Amino acid sequence: MNETMSATRKIITSKVREMRLEVSITSVLIAIFLLFIIGNPQTFTKFDIYYSFMSTIPFSGILALALTFVIITGEIDLSFPSILGISAWVFSKTVELTDGNIWIATLLCFATGLIAGWFNGLIVVRIGIPSLVATIGTQFFFRGLVNVLAQGMGITLVPVKDTLLFKIFVGRIGGAVPAQIIWMFSLGIILSMILKRHRFGSHVFFVGDNRESARMMGIRVDRVRMTVFMMMGFFSALSGILSSLEVTYFWPTLGQGYLMRTLAAVFVGGTSVFGGMGTIYGSFIGALIIGSLEAGIIAIGLAGFWTQLVYGLIIIVAISIYTWLMKKE
Amino acid sequence: MYNPEDYLLVMDGIYKSFGEVEVLKNVNFRVGNNEIVGLVGDNGAGKSTLIKIITGVHRPDKGEIYFKGKKITYHSVELSRELGIETVYQERALGEQQTLWRNVFMGREITDRLGFLRINEEKKETEKILRKHLGFTSKAINVDSIVKSLSGGEKQGIAIGRALYFNAELIILDEPTMGLSLSETRKVLDFVLNIKKSGKSAIFISHNIYYVYPVADRFVILDRGQVAGEFLKKEISQDELVEKMVELARTGKMK
Repeated sequence: MNETMSATRKIITSKVREMRLEVSITSVLIAIFLLFIIGNPQTFTKFDIYYSFMSTIPFSGILALALTFVIITGEIDLSFPSILGISAWVFSKTVELTDGNIWIATLLCFATGLIAGWFNGLIVVRIGIPSLVATIGTQFFFRGLVNVLAQGMGITLVPVKDTLLFKIFVGRIGGAVPAQIIWMFSLGIILSMILKRHRFGSHVFFVGDNRESARMMGIRVDRVRMTVFMMMGFFSALSGILSSLEVTYFWPTLGQGYLMRTLAAVFVGGTSVFGGMGTIYGSFIGALIIGSLEAGIIAIGLAGFWTQLVYGLIIIVAISIYTWLMKKE
Repeated sequence: MYNPEDYLLVMDGIYKSFGEVEVLKNVNFRVGNNEIVGLVGDNGAGKSTLIKIITGVHRPDKGEIYFKGKKITYHSVELSRELGIETVYQERALGEQQTLWRNVFMGREITDRLGFLRINEEKKETEKILRKHLGFTSKAINVDSIVKSLSGGEKQGIAIGRALYFNAELIILDEPTMGLSLSETRKVLDFVLNIKKSGKSAIFISHNIYYVYPVADRFVILDRGQVAGEFLKKEISQDELVEKMVELARTGKMK
């Protein structure tokens, strides 16, 4: 065989690619925190700010983990903040109606998330509307549903504050570590295992990479697409529970504001907007970066008008690094 | 009619129309055991319709199909794969961003009971395919390589190797050299010869006789939905075959 060329050729392996991505995103995270520590040593050498990060980042962080699957499949879901809202409303309303039965409330909340995700999947997979368009529609629809059902009223979650499940969801481990960061961390490990080492993960990659060949090779493409939307719904419900329990109150606007930062986390994490490529590790670190930026920027004294500018700049720089790395391939 | 027992695939009196258009008219086609058949013909001759009938995408309006001596009554894509018929399509067979080992086991992963991949086993088998079935010698290409960074010919090789590994009896190569450079085409032709060496059969579809001639044992020329001619390699030289094709294109007939 003619392989005289091969000596000078560059063959990319998955190991090299993953290493590059992981090293570069981790460097971005470290660089940002160094900047914060130098910019404001008083704040960033104390535990308080990290405590605050640990209690708030998981809400959009968990969403970013689930969204990674959706985007690798070559789809998008813009409706998850509204799914979060409607699931959390079901959760809170059930708590109110059952005098604080958090178990039933949790069950119904997850069911709502799954149904909403299934509904997205139905429109995208069965009817065939591109997910970008479909979930713009359902995003309004689900939020509208929350508005109609909640009538603009909040619901208190104080009655469940002393339950076991409350402590499991958002308790403070050893009085210091918020349970939700443990959730995000464990889910990160589990979802990473599923993406990298499970048959389902492999199918997710192939559906996003080359849908036609995936179908030809016997992968049930439609089922995979359906599943990622339902996963997104499920984890939106979880995030809804966590974020409403954290403040022991349900607001009808719950989830709003998560859309852009979750998308940013996934893309800063190196997941390809074209599908077929991405890691849970990247999205995890991406969520840490995005989640700490705003507070960090304010803490180093760039308050007010500067915040968004620096925020945007860092996102652009991070994403440019990957694009440049990929081009080198 | 040919005796189905003596051949891997026998298609007898196949007719197929799409609406008013009669695409295949009484086509008789066969593939022997361990035989490479070159299926040549101009665009619109009915090559791809014939292939789609073999792979179960289309059903013939009339005619009978036998595979390994058994009559096929219900034909579907899944069934044809189960029988051991694999198609290697240009550009469509692999996930470009994925590793070789993932691609080889795409849709047919080796897993434990919980569905987790046996990655080491999959990598070991992929290594075997690369070195043994395909004769890759370059150390630069390994099981962790991303498909995107391989050449066009090598990609076809992976798809062919995958088909051989999964014990395909009949591998259908649909224009496997289209868009490839000369040296890449040569690689693909080597892979096709590997099919022969492995004791399997193949149908090599191309409209370029110069590529088909060196590797095929027999040539079937399809023209406007009918078999216009059939030659064993030992009966005809490459130049004669080209001449016949040219004549067919000009006069619509073949001597």
